[in-house]
Amino acid sequence: MRKLFIKKLIENNKNKKSYLIINDLGFSVIEPFKKKFPDRIFNAGVSEQNMMGMAAGIASEKSNVFVYSIGNFSTFRCAEQIRNDIDYHKLPVTIVSVGSGVGYGNLGYTHHALQDYALMRSFPNIQILSPGNNNELIGLLNFIKKDPQPSYLRLDKNEHENIKFKKLVVSPAGIIKLIDGDKKKIILTTGCVQNLAMNIRLRKYKNYSLYSMPIWGMKAKNKAKNIIKKFDEIITIEDHFYDGGFGSWLKECINYTDIKTIIKSKYIRSEVINDVGSKEYLLKKYGPK
Amino acid sequence: MKNKYNNIIKNIRLNILNLTFKAKSSHIGSCLSIVEILIALYYGVLKKSDRFILSKGHAALALYVILFEKKFISSRILKTFGSDGTILMNHVSSKVNGVEFSTGSLGHGLPVAVGKALKFKSNNEKNKVFVLISDGEINEGTTWESLLFASHHKLDNLNIIIDFNKIQSMDFVNKVMNIEPLKKKLDSFGCKTYEVNGHSIDQIIKILKIQTQKKPKVLIAHTTKGKGVSFMENNNLWHYKNPNIQELNTAMTEIKKKYA
Repeated sequence: MRKLFIKKLIENNKNKKSYLIINDLGFSVIEPFKKKFPDRIFNAGVSEQNMMGMAAGIASEKSNVFVYSIGNFSTFRCAEQIRNDIDYHKLPVTIVSVGSGVGYGNLGYTHHALQDYALMRSFPNIQILSPGNNNELIGLLNFIKKDPQPSYLRLDKNEHENIKFKKLVVSPAGIIKLIDGDKKKIILTTGCVQNLAMNIRLRKYKNYSLYSMPIWGMKAKNKAKNIIKKFDEIITIEDHFYDGGFGSWLKECINYTDIKTIIKSKYIRSEVINDVGSKEYLLKKYGPK
Repeated sequence: MKNKYNNIIKNIRLNILNLTFKAKSSHIGSCLSIVEILIALYYGVLKKSDRFILSKGHAALALYVILFEKKFISSRILKTFGSDGTILMNHVSSKVNGVEFSTGSLGHGLPVAVGKALKFKSNNEKNKVFVLISDGEINEGTTWESLLFASHHKLDNLNIIIDFNKIQSMDFVNKVMNIEPLKKKLDSFGCKTYEVNGHSIDQIIKILKIQTQKKPKVLIAHTTKGKGVSFMENNNLWHYKNPNIQELNTAMTEIKKKYA
């Protein structure tokens, strides 16, 4: 998804209002942006806290900023800068992290993004943008172009096949139908687990419809209630721990309501995964089943 | 010879004392140490297009008081300091007219200032950026990350002022964690560093008006924590303590006499 992200960022930056800040990462990915906008890209080096504070500074001067790094580096390492400098001031910074879930399988636990939703969804102004395919990614970047705001864009490390282009208009807590099925029982995914969800559906929930929700977060909770109540049963699937994840967020949305929808969640086992291997190996062993 | 700024120095210090007393708030020593730096900035340096960030956000009251003197905020608003629901938070808030950025956690203002300076530079805009940090913030990793970046990118539109009052929260700086030789450290990071008496308004203005060439400027302002009130000077008790009525009256008398 990284290359498509850069391609769309270039296309969307005709007014040159967007800056790309990288964290000494992005080799063989960010070069086209650098070629096109050499004065709009900066390498912050290996210093995430300064990087995020700087991003806030640039964004506070009527610019949009995209900060590009790997899972934990652009989130946990600079959490207070995100909290105080970006979220507190509601600045248009999109924090981009590559390698969702166990995408960097062989690189080990330091590089696995398993708690990032938990952190990022604790910030009141930040929208979680978690694309599950290329069309969703394009939709999300258009959403941010139209309405720049604090946001967290979680990308798959792998490039996705170019499925048939379909223009998607995505909105907070909006759902997108991937496979038609039962009208009342659905599987709901966020992020890059759509293939995994299709497999689980085939094995266990053949009649269920399959949907994705690419935009969510604290701000979207009220809107999500109206979606949830349309269904009798929702099975969530994500590549993140249950604690602080998407499934638990969905359950929080109906707290203190009379919505009777049954929500069940599938997720990556909540433990320190001191084990390496391919993404497929780790998902099979620790992931949603 | 009478200092031409005496009247404003007096008014600001009296307001700091009075409002701290009324609000029962802390950080009086931190506010008193930066009075002359703020006067230099607001009366002799800052242009409308420039940006100023108070990174040592706990000295918010000193900034609010000078913003009142410069008519950014009214006396009605200033009087709300310390009351429930006031916009004048004890750590500086950008909800207040004239405040560029909210701070409070140390080590945040400088990276933000670097971002602003970078944006202006990359856009060929002439705006200058000023940021006031505390000596305690020299402990922060972000300070050094920012200096590396700012000097690499030759941000000569960035002006960093260090309020070097030699006392951080718990003790003297050189007892908590020695930061000397500070000038040497800053120069070795690629900055153009100056040292001044941080209570000499004319000296501060003179240095801040110098245009450095391809280097960020750092001004080490040697100050006294609690400046102007004998029993508050160089005593870290006044990082925390709120004056009682007798202490307030004694302090006010001293200030009135000193800056008559």
